[in-house]
Amino acid sequence: MNAPSDRFVWPARLLHWLMAALILAMLFIGVGMVASVSERHAWLLRIHKPLGIAILLLAVLRLGVRLRHPPPPLPADLPALQRLAAHASHWLLYVLMLALPLVGWAMLSAGGYPVMLSESLRLPSIFPAGPTAFAVLRHLHAWLALLLFLTFLAHLGAALYHGLIRRDGVLSSMAGLRRSEPPASPQSPQLLLSQDDAVASTPSVPLADGATGSSGDSLPP
Amino acid sequence: MPSLPASPPPHRLWRWAAIVAAVAGTAAAFGYVGGWLAPGRLTAQRLVDQLQSGGVHPGFRRNHAKGVCVTGYFEGNGQASAYSTASVFASERTPVVGRFAIPGGNPYAPDASVPIRSMALRFTLPNGQQWRTGMNSMPVFPVATPQAFYEQLKAQQPDPATGKPDPARLAAFFAAHPETAAFRAWAKSAKPSASYASESYWGLDAFEFVDGAGVRHAVRWRMAPQDAADADATAPAGDPDYLEADLRRRLTQGPLRWRLLVTLAAPGDPTDDATKTWPADRREVDAGTLVLQGTEPQDSGPCRDINYDPLVLPAGIEASDDPLLPARSAAYADSYLRRTSEEAHLPGTATAPSHPEHQP
Ligand code: HEM
Ligand code: HEM
Repeated sequence: MNAPSDRFVWPARLLHWLMAALILAMLFIGVGMVASVSERHAWLLRIHKPLGIAILLLAVLRLGVRLRHPPPPLPADLPALQRLAAHASHWLLYVLMLALPLVGWAMLSAGGYPVMLSESLRLPSIFPAGPTAFAVLRHLHAWLALLLFLTFLAHLGAALYHGLIRRDGVLSSMAGLRRSEPPASPQSPQLLLSQDDAVASTPSVPLADGATGSSGDSLPP
Repeated sequence: MPSLPASPPPHRLWRWAAIVAAVAGTAAAFGYVGGWLAPGRLTAQRLVDQLQSGGVHPGFRRNHAKGVCVTGYFEGNGQASAYSTASVFASERTPVVGRFAIPGGNPYAPDASVPIRSMALRFTLPNGQQWRTGMNSMPVFPVATPQAFYEQLKAQQPDPATGKPDPARLAAFFAAHPETAAFRAWAKSAKPSASYASESYWGLDAFEFVDGAGVRHAVRWRMAPQDAADADATAPAGDPDYLEADLRRRLTQGPLRWRLLVTLAAPGDPTDDATKTWPADRREVDAGTLVLQGTEPQDSGPCRDINYDPLVLPAGIEASDDPLLPARSAAYADSYLRRTSEEAHLPGTATAPSHPEHQP
């Protein structure tokens, strides 16, 4: 592919949806375990640490994919403020998905705990032990997690806004659904997802491609 | 490029409603799971709030607040290695940082105010794994569940009018909790000891040892003193802090020793109920000797910043189904966060006096 595509490359989409599920699960696991004194606390924590490190590794991989394959451009008519919000929130998400696991790892190191990912797999300490460092990092872990959750909510709202209200191709660029192209039959499954595939969104894509949806509804004529 | 969606989408209101519902629904689920929308749930924060209901002593543990650091090593003898792969049980020395303490949230409580003493240990294994354990000088715990422990704490809370627990509330608690009987029988005859050195310390909660073949063995452990000769000595009157002085005096004369005794459960012995002892004829393994050589005050010693979380375990030792264990782990973590935050003088935390008057 030479010209900028209207979709994210498949590794980016795969990583996006995999990590979306993992990170959302992690946020719920995190707040759920600290609010419980039952066996749930122990087993959620046993999942939390290895899963968090897995997210760290995936985030590094994802950043590599992102830098090699720039995403499709946002719709040209997107207001400047929304454009800014989109870019800022995406970079914030990258920073947080890297920072949260690192802070988790560093805080356990600072607390003098062995960082155990399983019964016997131990990560090395990455921070000198000390009460001040532990306390700061432990609070930071909670606040950054809250910030990640709020950023995620904004991201979810924005994605649905693009998909349901603007219907400008942004959601499908990540959802990975092809907009109706000539060979696609009207019965093709992607049409069931009626969000935003109606309209061409990027300057590089010929307008005619979106003409099928110009009735305002996403169903093709 | 012309603006593309020529006309607004149909059912705009419903589309907006769907977006709001998705976002609000996710937020509400988060709030519920996080306990903010479930005020009745027992959490570590509520347990620790109850523990510190008698007053906050910044920088100190919220329970077992008065104590002293000790250092030494554990020398395994290989006898428990048939049951657990943890290297601490092999014939080798493992360095130990420990802490003796008395229960309660007041770091200035007189040593004779409670008959219980505690020993906490952190073993640092050569592979970097750790074993942390906290033990009490009694053979049974009063209650079996975190909820019952919470209710016990509430029943023991001093009445603001008298400064003492309300006897009627305590009686009502014990009546509602017959599982406390074994502990109360023990407490009736228990006297505050004159020394940390003469006491036995029981792990109380059950754990599982995992042997080289992956087979699990339910166990409990205790530390038995080498020198229990003066176990019945009466505490010196007049000095509220005699335990620390006694420990320092003994250690200048030489190290103190305990044997680590591991009891193996028979099938059917309860592993989820710390109020019940196992029958006396259960197999007991002498796993090695704890040797304590030095002591330091807790406000500057190496035990200060250790959280003796009973679920910090090396490969070869695992938690049992005892419901007290996850609750202890969660509550100790919260207590640890509170006291380290106070040590760090983070905004919003209680500040410690720079020289606590009673601390050496
Ligand atoms: C994407 C990665 C991660 C996310 C989203 C995440 C999220 C969270 C959240 C929401 C909490 C609860 C905070 C609170 O309300 O106090 C938490 C606590 C915690 N996290 Fe993470 N975390 C991540 C990675 C890690 C990693 C890699 C580790 C360690 C290796 C870790 C260790 C912990 C620990 C020990 C706690 C506190 C448990 C307790 O105090 O009982 N986290 N995390
Ligand atoms: C649900 C029940 C329990 C709760 C909520 C609880 C709570 C606590 C808390 C908050 C601390 C202070 C931790 C710190 O800041 O580092 C503590 C210390 C301690 N607890 Fe418990 N505890 C419980 C059961 C037990 C049991 C069953 C034992 C005995 C086997 C025990 C033995 C100890 C010992 C020895 C310490 C002192 C540790 C040290 O010296 O640092 N606790 N407890």
